[in-house]
Formats: sequence, structure tokens, C-alpha cells
Amino acid sequence: MTEPIIKFDKVVKRFGSHTVLDHLDFEVNPGEMVTIIGPSGSGKSTVLRILMTLEQIQDGVVTVEGEPLWHERKNGDLVPASEKHLRKMREKLGMVFQQFNLFPHMTVLRNLTEAPRQVLGLSKKDATERAEELLERVGLSDQASKFPHQLSGGQQQRVGIARALAMRPKIMLFDEPTSALDPELVGEVLKVIRQLANEHELTMLLVTHEMQFARQVSDRVCFFDKGRIEEQGPPEELFTDPKRERTREFLKAVLDPDA
Amino acid sequence: MEWTEYFAPLMRGAWVTIQLTVWSTIFGAILSFAAGIGKVSGNGFARWISVVYIEIFRGTSLLVQLFWLFFALPVAGQAIGVDLRMSPVVAGVLALSLNIGAYGAEVVRGAIQSVSHDQYEAARALNFTPRQALWRIALPQAIPEMMPTFGNLAVQNLKDTALVSLITLQDLAFRAEQLRNFTQDSTTIFTIVLFMYFGMALVLTAIMKLLERSVGRWKTARA
Repeated sequence: MTEPIIKFDKVVKRFGSHTVLDHLDFEVNPGEMVTIIGPSGSGKSTVLRILMTLEQIQDGVVTVEGEPLWHERKNGDLVPASEKHLRKMREKLGMVFQQFNLFPHMTVLRNLTEAPRQVLGLSKKDATERAEELLERVGLSDQASKFPHQLSGGQQQRVGIARALAMRPKIMLFDEPTSALDPELVGEVLKVIRQLANEHELTMLLVTHEMQFARQVSDRVCFFDKGRIEEQGPPEELFTDPKRERTREFLKAVLDPDA
Repeated sequence: MEWTEYFAPLMRGAWVTIQLTVWSTIFGAILSFAAGIGKVSGNGFARWISVVYIEIFRGTSLLVQLFWLFFALPVAGQAIGVDLRMSPVVAGVLALSLNIGAYGAEVVRGAIQSVSHDQYEAARALNFTPRQALWRIALPQAIPEMMPTFGNLAVQNLKDTALVSLITLQDLAFRAEQLRNFTQDSTTIFTIVLFMYFGMALVLTAIMKLLERSVGRWKTARA
């Protein structure tokens, strides 16, 4: 059996008195493509944000590649992680945001080269080469010198994906990457994500409302409800034969809204 | 004395006013960034220093600051055996810079804080240090937001330079007062001076507009 690359062990996350993740246990294997679905407020995005170290946890342990994320081992004890440890752990992860969050004052090319140069210390030449290669992969080679606001939403999100990939992460986190897009632009972004999933090099975690897409590309689908995994399994199984009542209700509501 | 003869002394005064404005605006801008960034810094001491500086210089009159630096500080220095006398130019530039810097600091702080939280999250996800996030992500977006207010402050600063005539600096206001004492021709002299300040303010506004456009080029780029 392979060692999971991501492991949540009884993780608790609260915002004030509201519990978002309630002793969550969750594992992802290397190279796996896992989709997280569920109603809003079920803690789906929080899982990604905790992994990207944008949200702290209150209890439990998250490990990435066997190393605790929010903790450090010191004399056999787990102590809260230092900024240095977090920086080291962040190298393993890349994130794509719902609102793209591109840097508006930089050209597309510079959006892709800035972090590799400043954070990884790549030379300008190497960073540019890497960026051009990625732009070609997402089909935007001709847009390199434009600013984000000159692109369509779908193009911006493809830049967002390329920007995250430029850091060569092992794990990619997609936080509702198509939710802010006009319907006709969703396809071009999903196509890029599908390509990545087919390459099986990255471990991918995707939070989405695109059920058709989840069904086609995922190795596993997790249905989140009230801060826990209500049900999970291979997509065919979960979508055609859900075991839990709550899953059935949710799938019925999203797949067949006017029934 | 013919009214056309007023121009030579007034132009000499205007040149002093221009120099005072340029230097105090430049130093004021540096102080604005130092204190504005200090106020949002994670370092408690830097925050404290910035707040004390901003509040003192916003909360007291420029005229009193000027007199204090020029007349009171040397006496206080003498008491502890340090020579703190300074030339009128240095005292004038210092007072004006400290004053405009305190107002500018609030502009810098506000603009930095108006940068969307999403930008900081993206910077964190890409593993930028907080310092890199500030200098490379936040400030380049914040500076264009500051420019219209900075333009106002620069014009305000130009007009405030008139106060330095009170510590014997021979600026435009000083020259005007001198001429008036000599000729008693208040109407002509002050009308000319009014237009001279107005002309300088127009030029300054135009320069600030150009600066504003150049730092915000990315916003107006067309497809």
C-alpha cells in the first residue's frame, strides 16, 4: 500500500463558534485526482485553504508527504509550525483560485516568472523559458505581453493555472476554478485541468460544482457535508448508486434541479 | 518704482519657493512611505514610532513646528550642550517635509490596506515572503491609488511654503511683503503674487498628473 501524500487526521477548523471541519479524516494518494463536492458551507474550500496554509487549524494534524504541515517535530513533540517550516511545505503545493487572483500590474509573462525568479531564484532566462512552455500548454502563447484585464475570464484562469504550475508543485489545489466564469468559458479551463489529470504526474484536489466533469476525470469523488465526508468513492459508483440519503438528496438537487 | 520693476525681486522669491517645494515634497514622500509602511508593519516598534510621528505632526500647527525647529530647538540644544542651530532653509525644508510626510503616511497606509486580500493570498500561495509581497505585489498596485491625493498634498505644500518667510527665508511671500513695505502698492503686488502661486500650482498639478499616468500605465493598457 502506498503512503498517502495528503492526510487529515481528526482535523478541526472553527470560525468563531462555527465549526467548519469537524474531526475530519481524509487521505489522498500520490497522483490521485480527487474531486470534492458538497453544499456551500460544507468545508470543501476550507480543506484546500488549510493545505495552502491560508487557514490555520484548531485541532488534529495535517500531513503532506509524511511531514506535518501546521506542526513541526521537536524533541519528539509536535509544536506549531514556524514560518520557515511553512515556507518549506508550501513548495509542494500550488493553488488556483476562484477569482483567479492574478497580479493586475504585471503582464501575463511576468505573472508566471515573478515567483520562480524571486522565490526559487531562477535566472530570467530559465524563468522565461519555463513560462513560455507553460503558456503553450494552456494555449496562451500569443497573450504573453498582455495584462490580465485585457484577457477573458477563461484566459485569465488558464494563466492562473500556468502560474501555479510554474512553481513545479507536487500537489495542485483547484478552488472552484470555473465558478466565476461565464458558461461559455468553462470548457476551455476544464480542458486544461483534464489534460493535467490525464498526465497523472500531479496529485490534484478539485473543489467544483461541475458534476459532469467530476464524473469524467476524477479517480475518486468525496461528498462533503457539515464538515465531514458523508460519502466517497469512484465517480461511477457515487453518482449512479449513492449509499447515503444525504448524498442522494444533494445529487438530485444539483443534477435535476427542476424535478 | 514702476510696477514692472516688481518682477525681478518676485522671481528671485519664486525660485526659493520652488526649491523649497521640490525638496520638501521629495523628503515628504520618503517620510510618507517610511511611516505609512511602518504603520502596517508586523514590527510593534516600527508601528509605534510611525503612529507617534504621524499624530504629533498632524496634530500641531505647521507654524509652531517651524518656530520650534528654528527658535526653540537650538535653545534646548544649548541646554544639553549640543549645537542644534540650523539655517532657515534647513529648518524650512525639515518642517515642511515632516508635516507633509505625516499626512502622506496616512495616504500610503490607506492605499496599502486597500489592496485586495486575495492578492496577499496569491502571494502567499506562491511562497513570496511578506516583504516581497509588500514590495512586489501590494505597493505597485497601491501607488497609483495614492497619486491623486499626493497631488493635492504637493499643492498644499507649495502654498504652505509661504509660512517660511516668517523665519527670514526670502521666498515669494517674503519678497512680496518687502516690496509692499517699500512701495505701499499692496493691490498690484499681491495680485501678481496670487497669480504666481496659481501658475506654480498649475505646473505642479500637471507634473503630478504625468507621474500618476506613468505609475498607472498597466491600468489603461489596451488590447
